[in-house]
Amino acid sequence: MADKPMIIGTSGSHLEPITDAALWNLEKQELEGVWQIRVDLHLLNHDGNIIDAASIAAIVALCHFRRPDVSVQGDEVTLNMSGQIKQVIINIKEVIWYTPEERDPVPLSIHHMPICVSFAFFQQGTYLLVDPNEREERVMDGLLVIAMNKHREICTIQSSGGIMLLKDQVLRCSKIAGVKVAEITELIQKALENDRKVRKEGGKFGFAESIANQRITAFKMEKASIDTSDVEEKAEEIIAEAEPPSEVVSKPVLWTPGTAQIGEGVENSWGDLEDSEKEDDDEGGSDEAIILDSIKMDTGIEVSDIGSQDAPIILSDSEEEEMIILEPDKNPKKIRTQTTSVKQEKAPNKKPVKRRKKKRAAN
Amino acid sequence: MEEEMHTDAKIRAETGTGSSSRGPGCSLRHFACEQNLLSRPDGSASFLQGDTSVLAGVYGPAEVKVSKEIFNKATLEVILRPKIGLPGVAEKSRERLIRNTCEAVVLGTLHPRTSITVVLQVVSDAGSLLACCLNAACMALVDAGVPMRALFCGVTCALDSDGTLVLDPTSKQEKEARAVLTFALDNVERKLLMSSTKGLFSDAELQQCLAAAQAASQHVFRFYRESLQRRYSKS
Repeated sequence: MADKPMIIGTSGSHLEPITDAALWNLEKQELEGVWQIRVDLHLLNHDGNIIDAASIAAIVALCHFRRPDVSVQGDEVTLNMSGQIKQVIINIKEVIWYTPEERDPVPLSIHHMPICVSFAFFQQGTYLLVDPNEREERVMDGLLVIAMNKHREICTIQSSGGIMLLKDQVLRCSKIAGVKVAEITELIQKALENDRKVRKEGGKFGFAESIANQRITAFKMEKASIDTSDVEEKAEEIIAEAEPPSEVVSKPVLWTPGTAQIGEGVENSWGDLEDSEKEDDDEGGSDEAIILDSIKMDTGIEVSDIGSQDAPIILSDSEEEEMIILEPDKNPKKIRTQTTSVKQEKAPNKKPVKRRKKKRAAN
Repeated sequence: MEEEMHTDAKIRAETGTGSSSRGPGCSLRHFACEQNLLSRPDGSASFLQGDTSVLAGVYGPAEVKVSKEIFNKATLEVILRPKIGLPGVAEKSRERLIRNTCEAVVLGTLHPRTSITVVLQVVSDAGSLLACCLNAACMALVDAGVPMRALFCGVTCALDSDGTLVLDPTSKQEKEARAVLTFALDNVERKLLMSSTKGLFSDAELQQCLAAAQAASQHVFRFYRESLQRRYSKS
């Protein structure tokens, strides 16, 4: 797999003109319908010259592909309508789609097989490499791609990298490409023929068979049967030993149509955090003050003790003028005041919010 | 497609006896694995289960983006590419399942602030895809030399409408099943690492499937061991 998975259209854009050239030559059914064919190319290992590999893969896949057989029956229906329109003739065409069982799928008609050959240039055209690998691609000056078929017809020429080539260099490349394409086309034909033969004879085919037998890194195991006769007993044992699941009872409360609440939620425990931390740190008092509504504070230091907790309150000498903190009115926590007189107003709050003005280092 | 033609070729020995609804003749399909077949990734493996085939590549431990780095262990990333089309939500959810399994076994603390990427490419899907992905990922991690505390394997069970258990189902069997369960098991104590289920089943059936999967995992681990022995033996 390439380490950056490629998506056609972004970095694969230089493959598009090549695939266009190949697909342009496929027959489309006229009059009766048009097929849309999609080719997905997956790059498994990028070790250079992916354009060539991709073009070979694409053209072989298209040659190998079989599409469903289809026949069309036409019907003419005549409608008589009153008013201005006297007669309307409608052509209804029915398309009958045959399943693979009814009729064998048909191959696409491929007129010819264009195959790309890439050439890498070095030192302003002095050196030429056919089929560069990844390292060679990284240091090359420019790339020339020629798509040719076995009839020595050039389908596409693409030059990238900005190199300037002489006419006879390009001609030389096309001759080399002709030779390469002839070899590759023969390989392709042999492989397709092999596959056809194996399918006809009913042997094994497909990707499963492409795993090499003789390699030391490959290993095969035939079908293995598993004895599952004791699973029932095992399962029953496990269930018998297991504790029964705890009863979960949910009591939903319906507020308004469409809004329901299950559970109460957990109480805000930020206050607890503050308590535990404050013991360690005396100076630079915490900034947390509990105010139930917005409260104005004047300067001055004040201690106040609210609520159920017994822990004492720490004084702080921060000089902030205003601080707004909201606390759930259920459990008012202690106030560490910063300054000033704290007016406490009890107002029912649905949502407690605490905002700290001065953060402690520990926080 | 090839799959339909293949299900005839590989006949499963499903001999259900009259008494028990669990056929004692469950079987796993033909397995094959090839390691180190790609030159770019640090480790790679191709795993075949019947006609389902997945190619896995592992990159790592490698450099990680600062936004993704974890200070005390390796960042594990899994990318699953489907055979057709662009990856969608189903792939994302499978990626997460595979990632959770790998994170449970990979010793990430030995390589802090690095990334380990597992890239899986579905080559063909003929049933039990998630299990095949897990197996391929494990073999690829072994090939890459990533330190792990255990090996893991994936096993799929399908329950059909009359409660018969089928291991390693084909895509036809999966479609007709009332429930499909996939388990990831480790090889030290055959404990459960991950489970992904789809469909309706009772808790007794769940335990039965799990027990069957544990029995099947013996074979898969034996396959791993033999394939690695073959590769690393001196004779």
